Amino acid sequence: MTVVVGWTPDARGHAALVRSAREALAHREDLLVVNATTGTAAVDDRFASSADVSEVQAMLESLGVEAQIRQAVARDIAEELVAIADEVGASLLVIGIRHRSPVGKLLLGSTAQRILLGAQCPVLAVKAPDAPGR
Amino acid sequence: MDALLTGLSLAVTPENLLYAVLGVMLGTAVGVLPGIGPAMTVALLLPVTYNVEPSAALILFAGIYYGGMYGGSTTSILLNTPGESSSVITALEGNKMAKTGRAAQALATAAIGSFVAGTIGTILLVALAPTVAEWVVVLGAPSYFALMVLALLAVTTVLGSSRLRGFIALALGLTIGLVGTATGQPRLTFGNPLLADGIDIVVVAVAIFAVGEALWVAAHLRRRPLEIIPVGRPWMDRADWGRSWKPWLRGTAWGFPFGALPAGGAEMPTFLSYVTERRLAGKHRDEFGKGAIEGVAGPEAANNASAAGTLVPLLAIGLPTTATAAVILAAMQGYGLQPGPQLFEAEPELVWTLLASLFVANTLLLVINLPLAPLWARLLRTPRPYLYAGILFFAVLGAYSVNFQWFDVALLVLFGVLGFAMRRFGVPVLPLIVGVILEPRLEEQLGQALQLSRGDVSALWSEPVAVIVYVVVAALLLWPLVLRLIPGRQGPERLADAVDALEEEVRR
Repeated sequence: MTVVVGWTPDARGHAALVRSAREALAHREDLLVVNATTGTAAVDDRFASSADVSEVQAMLESLGVEAQIRQAVARDIAEELVAIADEVGASLLVIGIRHRSPVGKLLLGSTAQRILLGAQCPVLAVKAPDAPGR
Repeated sequence: MDALLTGLSLAVTPENLLYAVLGVMLGTAVGVLPGIGPAMTVALLLPVTYNVEPSAALILFAGIYYGGMYGGSTTSILLNTPGESSSVITALEGNKMAKTGRAAQALATAAIGSFVAGTIGTILLVALAPTVAEWVVVLGAPSYFALMVLALLAVTTVLGSSRLRGFIALALGLTIGLVGTATGQPRLTFGNPLLADGIDIVVVAVAIFAVGEALWVAAHLRRRPLEIIPVGRPWMDRADWGRSWKPWLRGTAWGFPFGALPAGGAEMPTFLSYVTERRLAGKHRDEFGKGAIEGVAGPEAANNASAAGTLVPLLAIGLPTTATAAVILAAMQGYGLQPGPQLFEAEPELVWTLLASLFVANTLLLVINLPLAPLWARLLRTPRPYLYAGILFFAVLGAYSVNFQWFDVALLVLFGVLGFAMRRFGVPVLPLIVGVILEPRLEEQLGQALQLSRGDVSALWSEPVAVIVYVVVAALLLWPLVLRLIPGRQGPERLADAVDALEEEVRR
């Protein structure tokens, strides 16, 4: 079985990644790290650079996790993550979430919410440690 | 000199200064963003000219033109994707420098080199343009006609990937220019009274540059994001200055004449400047291909100097040689100003204010770009759908505001699809836009020449200048055939091929 994690090269993504690695180790499962972008901007900070990717690869290796990293350009990040989880028959999907302002909620749909509702497997939502639950 | 000082005093009035600042900011922004260039921006702003003084609008457009050249280098260096076609060469060494941690120096030599070249180029422009205008004023209709033929053929054959495609674009442009009843009887109006006045150049320019590009981007919306190299404030140390100043001057020497010749454009001089720097690099020769500062300094100076050079034929003869210059010419015609020798006679204040404001814009660009380069790079994070939604909105608004009729919006869509198809099939847009703009004047001069000679066609080569120009035209057309006939000389024929070959050679 496989644990799938939605990862971005920032604090939130790091928290999710660390937690997913721990879950994978505890249950002796593989880890699939997914980093997705909509690809509509010339530069996207949440799309990992090759340096970020090799760093994460080294970290997971040192922890002894059997891990793969997949980078995807997709129309809808929530749908893509759910589709990948379905495709590999994930036992668990780990995502990072953040606190959002009321205005932010009004203007933009929540990727996390659509993953929670759309995924077939259990979803574990993790917050970055330096962002306490406000 | 007095005229220039008067112009300068008018250029630094708060209102004109505001337009200059606005122009250079906008120009840098669109230069940074790949796909959006100064030509598209000036086209979108053409309707603004209905409400603004001619001098203010021209200052705005000149700022955009100069700014676009600056902004393009930022994208080339940090992203390895040129923001502008004139920055293609900059990416060769600039991005390598950035990857080895010298992004700050690359940006600095590009910005300061652009300033140096822009200033020298503008001085040359101020010195040359009135003189050229004086020479041109004595020319008759046949010579004018010949010059326009030369300009059309030059933008068609010298640049771009294939001559055939260039001529297709030129034919399309001239055909669009024919529509209307300028000669008394309706031509290509299909019995539609709305076409009787011809097709407004604003609609064509906005459609080809803005709508065509927006459709093209929409067709390739999702692309893997590029890795941007983080950078602080641009700076150079003494060694970098020492290695940069000569390339700046040599780049200027390449850029200005190529801009000033009717076969303008910044691609050729940037390429030549790069080749020159590589040849003259001496002990730094090994650094080429790994991030040599000379390879950034020279081409960046060349593209700004050529932008200044382009304004010589534009102001003195009324011949545009780049897409942006063509759209600026359309703006001047919209004001009822006819660029050329008469302009210096009839509107000296306007001309000198414009020339003086070029110095102002160039200085502003240096001040704005050196400290703010990281900020400009942030623009690249803007999602394309937001950008192009805005562009399409302004495009439709602009087309509608020409005559306040839906018909122009329909034409906008039609030509927008044409612009998309041209990008899809690699047909250059420059010959089309220059063709549309020059067609009425081409016809006017031809008519005048034939009227004076009572229909005798030989009048077309009755002036010595016209004969010389036709010889140049013939050389331009026959050159590739001659090259093919000389055995053992199978060099790269097209600039694009030469750039590809160069890239390959550098990578090795």
